[in-house]
Amino acid sequence: MYDPTVARLTYRALLGRRRALILGALPLLLIAISVVVRFLAGADDQTAADLLGGLALATMVPIIGVIAGTGAIGPEIDDGSVVYLLSKPIKRPTIIFTKLIVAIAVTMVFSAVPTLIAGFILNGNGQQVAVAYTVAALVASIAYAALFLLLGTVSRHAVVFGLVYALVWEALFGSLVPGARTLSVQQWALAVAQKVSGGDLVTSDVGLTTATVLLVAVTALATWYAGQKLRSLTLAGEE
Amino acid sequence: MAVEHSTGTSVPAPGDQTRIHNIGYRSYDGPRLGRAYARRSLYSQSLRGSYGLGRSVKSKVLPMLLFVVMCVPAAIMVAVAVATKANALPVDYTRYAIVMQAVISLYVASQAPQSVSRDLRFKTVPLYFSRPIETADYVLAKFAALASALFILTAGPLLVLYVGALLAKLDFADQTKGFAQGLVSVALLSLLFAGIGLVIASFTPRRGFGIAAVIAVLTITYGAVSTLQAIADAQGSSGAVPWIGLFSPITIIDGVQSAFLGATSAFPGGVGPSNAEGVAYVLLALGLIAASYGLLMRRYKKVGL
Repeated sequence: MYDPTVARLTYRALLGRRRALILGALPLLLIAISVVVRFLAGADDQTAADLLGGLALATMVPIIGVIAGTGAIGPEIDDGSVVYLLSKPIKRPTIIFTKLIVAIAVTMVFSAVPTLIAGFILNGNGQQVAVAYTVAALVASIAYAALFLLLGTVSRHAVVFGLVYALVWEALFGSLVPGARTLSVQQWALAVAQKVSGGDLVTSDVGLTTATVLLVAVTALATWYAGQKLRSLTLAGEE
Repeated sequence: MAVEHSTGTSVPAPGDQTRIHNIGYRSYDGPRLGRAYARRSLYSQSLRGSYGLGRSVKSKVLPMLLFVVMCVPAAIMVAVAVATKANALPVDYTRYAIVMQAVISLYVASQAPQSVSRDLRFKTVPLYFSRPIETADYVLAKFAALASALFILTAGPLLVLYVGALLAKLDFADQTKGFAQGLVSVALLSLLFAGIGLVIASFTPRRGFGIAAVIAVLTITYGAVSTLQAIADAQGSSGAVPWIGLFSPITIIDGVQSAFLGATSAFPGGVGPSNAEGVAYVLLALGLIAASYGLLMRRYKKVGL
C-alpha cells in the first residue's frame, strides 16, 4: 500500500525548491508571535489557549493542510504529468494512500510541531494546553489532508474550495450557526483535545464519541473515494 | 526545396537557379492603433477575465458567487432597515468591507493568480511583449484591472446600501457623506489588495500555490495582528494597539478610515489611531501600493525574455 518512489516524488513536489521555505514561514511566524506574546503578557493559560486555538488550530493547520493536501496531487493533474504516474503498474489506491501519508506527514511537521513549541513558549504546557492543542493539530492534520487530497482529485479549483471550507465554513458559519460546528474538522479535533487536557480551557461543541466516529469515517471515506476518482480520471484540457 | 531534383549529370553553377518569387505578400498600411490601444485592450480583457466573462462557464462560477455573497448581506440589511423604519443602517459604509474581509480575500486570492500566473505558466508573457506594449503597460493594465475588479466587488454592496438608505428615507446629506467616505476607503483597499495579490501571484506559475500564498498572507497576518492587539488591549497597553495594526493589510485600511474617514475602528477597545498615527497608516498604505508596483516592474523586467 505504500510506494517509496511515489512518496519521494511527492515530497519533492511539496518541499522542493523554495516551497519548503514558504511552508516554513507560517510556523516561524507562529513561534515569533508566541515569543512576543510571552514578553507582552507573561505566562497565562487563557492567553495561550486563545492564541493556539485561534491562530494555530483555526488558521494555520487548515491552510497548511490545504497546501499539502491539494499540492500532493493537484499540480500533477493540472499539468497532465499524472498520466506518467498512472501508466506505471501501481494500483491507483496505492498512489492515493502514499500521497495521503506524505500529505499528513508534511501537515503534521509544519503545523503540530510548531504548535507544541509555541505552546511551551507561551505557558510551559500549563494545564496541558500545549499538548492538548498539539494532539488536536495532529488529529486535524490527518482529516484535513485526506479531505483536501480528495478535493485535489475532484476539482481543478481545489485550493479555493478547500479555503472556502476552512475559512468560510469553519470560521464564519461556525461562529454564526452553531449547527455548522458539528460538521467541522476543527471541532472534532478539539473534542479529542478536550479529552487530553481534561480542563475547561479547551472545549468543543461535539462529543468525543461523535467526533472520533466522524473523524475516522471522513478520513476513510475521503481516501477511498479519492482512489475511486483516480481510477476513472479524465484529463481535461486547460480552460 | 522540391525543385532540386538531380535530373542531369552536370551540376549547374550555383546562382543560376536562385531567384526571388513574388508570392503576393502585402504590407499592412491600415491605421496602427498603438501602445495605448493595446494597453486598453489588455486592461479590459483582464477586467472581464476577473469576473469570468469571455472564459468558460466554470470560471464564471466563483467570482460571480463571491460577488453575490458580498451583496446579499447588504440587501438583507437594507430590507430590514426599510421594513422596520430604522433611522440608521445597521452597518456603517466604512465598516462593511471590514466585516466581509474573508470574501474579499478569497476573491483576491482566486483572481490574482488567474490574472498573471497563467501567463507565466504558458509562457505567453513574451508574446505580449512582442506587441508594442512595454513592461510598464503590462503591469499597469493588470494592476488597474484587478484593482477595478476589486472596486466593483467592494463598492457594489455599498451602492446597494446607499440606494436602500435613500429608499428608507434616511437623511440624504448624512448618507451621501458616509457613502463617499466608504468609496474612498474601498478604493484604497482595492489598490492595496490588488498590489499585494499580484506581487505574490507573479512569483509562481502554479495557480494553486499562488492562491494559498495570497490567502495565507492576508488571513494569517490579520489573525496574528488581531490576536496581538487583543492581548495588548487586555494587558492595558492600549498605546501599542494602533502600532500593531500596521502589520496587516486590512487593519491598515481600518486604521486609515478610522483616523480620517470618520469610521469607528474595529480594533479591540474601539480605539483607532490618532491623527498623527493615522498619517503613518496612510503613508504605509501608499508606500505598499507603490512598492508592489515597483516589485511588479522589477519582476517583469526580465521574466520570460
